Amino acid sequence: MIESIDLSLVDWSRAQFALTAIYHWLFVPLTLGLSVLVAIMESIYVKTGNPEWKKITKFWMTLFGINFAIGVATGIILEFEFGTNWSNYSWFVGDIFGAPLAIEGIMAFFLESTFIAVMFFGWNKVSKGFHLASSWLTAIGANLSALWILVANAWMQNPVGMKFNPETTRNEMTNFWDVLFSPVAVNKFLHTISSGYVLAAIFVLGVSAWFLIKKRDTQFAVKSIFVASVFGLITSLLLAFTGDGSAYQVTQKQPMKLAAMEGLYHGKTGAGLVAIGLLDPSKKTGDGKEAFIFKVEFPKLLSFLGYRSPDAFVPGVEDILNGGYKPEYNSIPESEKEVALSAEQKIIRGRLALSALSTYKQAKNDHNAARADSAENLLRQHYAYFGYAYLNNVESIVPNVPLTFYSFHVMVILGLYFILLFIVVLIYINTHRLEKSRWLLWLSIFTIPLAYIASEAGWIVAEMGRQPWVIQDLLPTMAAVSRIDASAVQITFWLFAVVFTVLLIAEVMIMVKQIKIGPKNGGTR
Amino acid sequence: MNFPKRIWLFYFEGFRSMTIGKKLWIIILIKLFIIFLIFRLFFFHDFLKSRFNTDQERGSHVRDELIKRQK
Repeated sequence: MIESIDLSLVDWSRAQFALTAIYHWLFVPLTLGLSVLVAIMESIYVKTGNPEWKKITKFWMTLFGINFAIGVATGIILEFEFGTNWSNYSWFVGDIFGAPLAIEGIMAFFLESTFIAVMFFGWNKVSKGFHLASSWLTAIGANLSALWILVANAWMQNPVGMKFNPETTRNEMTNFWDVLFSPVAVNKFLHTISSGYVLAAIFVLGVSAWFLIKKRDTQFAVKSIFVASVFGLITSLLLAFTGDGSAYQVTQKQPMKLAAMEGLYHGKTGAGLVAIGLLDPSKKTGDGKEAFIFKVEFPKLLSFLGYRSPDAFVPGVEDILNGGYKPEYNSIPESEKEVALSAEQKIIRGRLALSALSTYKQAKNDHNAARADSAENLLRQHYAYFGYAYLNNVESIVPNVPLTFYSFHVMVILGLYFILLFIVVLIYINTHRLEKSRWLLWLSIFTIPLAYIASEAGWIVAEMGRQPWVIQDLLPTMAAVSRIDASAVQITFWLFAVVFTVLLIAEVMIMVKQIKIGPKNGGTR
Repeated sequence: MNFPKRIWLFYFEGFRSMTIGKKLWIIILIKLFIIFLIFRLFFFHDFLKSRFNTDQERGSHVRDELIKRQK
């Protein structure tokens, strides 16, 4: 018996998760980055003994505390949603999610929470060294929290280190280290925390620029800008480097996402990287029309970045749908490379796997061990395409190309702009022109929201680009949602929207008020 | 003064002398109240835990759902 699921339920569940995840991500990057910046500033204070650096550290620590407090527990909502809206998914992932999130809670959060108290309460009560160590341990704790959730997300993009158990209907972890050190996880972690560092650097730069415009606390502002710009420049370069690494992994593990990121419908040998472009909004898969109204691209660069070979073939959307090309994965020896299956062929294999699961269940009910074993073998043979069983047309595996394409390019263009901004600011500091250059100071302030836009755009690429998959190739969204009323999801969606907006306004107001008070009275309590 | 008492005093005096921290803690407590006592209690029941008693039942349910569910 086939029972369809209400697609509005799927859409509302996705929308709710997107809303809460985007909201959560407004706070996390600043926590990640500002914790490190504060630790660096305090290190300078301890090294130099200059009380100006203590004043600087305490001011930014206060803003860190505000952001941390408002952001605390916003991530919990996402876990609630796993259990309520995404029960098939949360059961299916088994202990893959459970282990990393448990470690996150036990290790990272307690580390963070314990030493945050020393950070804020410990000035003049504990030794300088212990206080500094606490600041660093808080930063490390915050970043370790990020590690485990990003490992879990990386597994969704590239499921490894597990074996599906048809008896329990769960994926069971067989190799923890495969999950933790998957190349997707490593790149994702480094790229994500770098994005937080860059955002925090821009935040410090922009807020400090405001002080210079107001001609207030100029020594504090210039020193803050210097540290933020050096930190921001280094981490921007790391961001670019790890971004390349992430895209390289996407090329190999999620080629459809890469095709969407570049608006590439027809594959090419020596494919160019689109620097900037305007997609034709009427373009549909398979219509034969040109995808772009205009574009500027760097010749052969996509092939080089994706496969480390300027003449490599990069499959487009339609090549992935039709199959028949040989993937140029560098990680696989030439002799082992197989011709890519078409989406149609994957759907057939997926349906064989799903049918085998059904046969397994029936065989178990009938106590027919031989038939159950045979069914299990067939399931394992085709398990890699399990999720395709739920797709009735091949175009289902194509994500929203315009959204993925524009988000990716907004993120990259802004990332390059940030590098340029940090360089220019450092030059102006070095030549003592910064305080008089009001255009640069205002630009720095207006870059703050751009940092948030770039940060959110990155997650849109990652998560919208993998649609329809909740777990790449294994579980699409339509199979992952709980069978509940769409109206229930709608109600909580709007509840979140209202509550989160109120909290966000509260934070911005508290933050702005504290900034206006400035470092003169900037206590940390 | 013994060590646990020193730790206790450290936190007690720290919280007592908070300024902006007090406002932030009020926001945190309001938020935790909304999240755990309103959202969690009324809107976010664990689907599988609230409907099934054992892991075997939950696994069977998910398996049935995966088998039945297609577009």
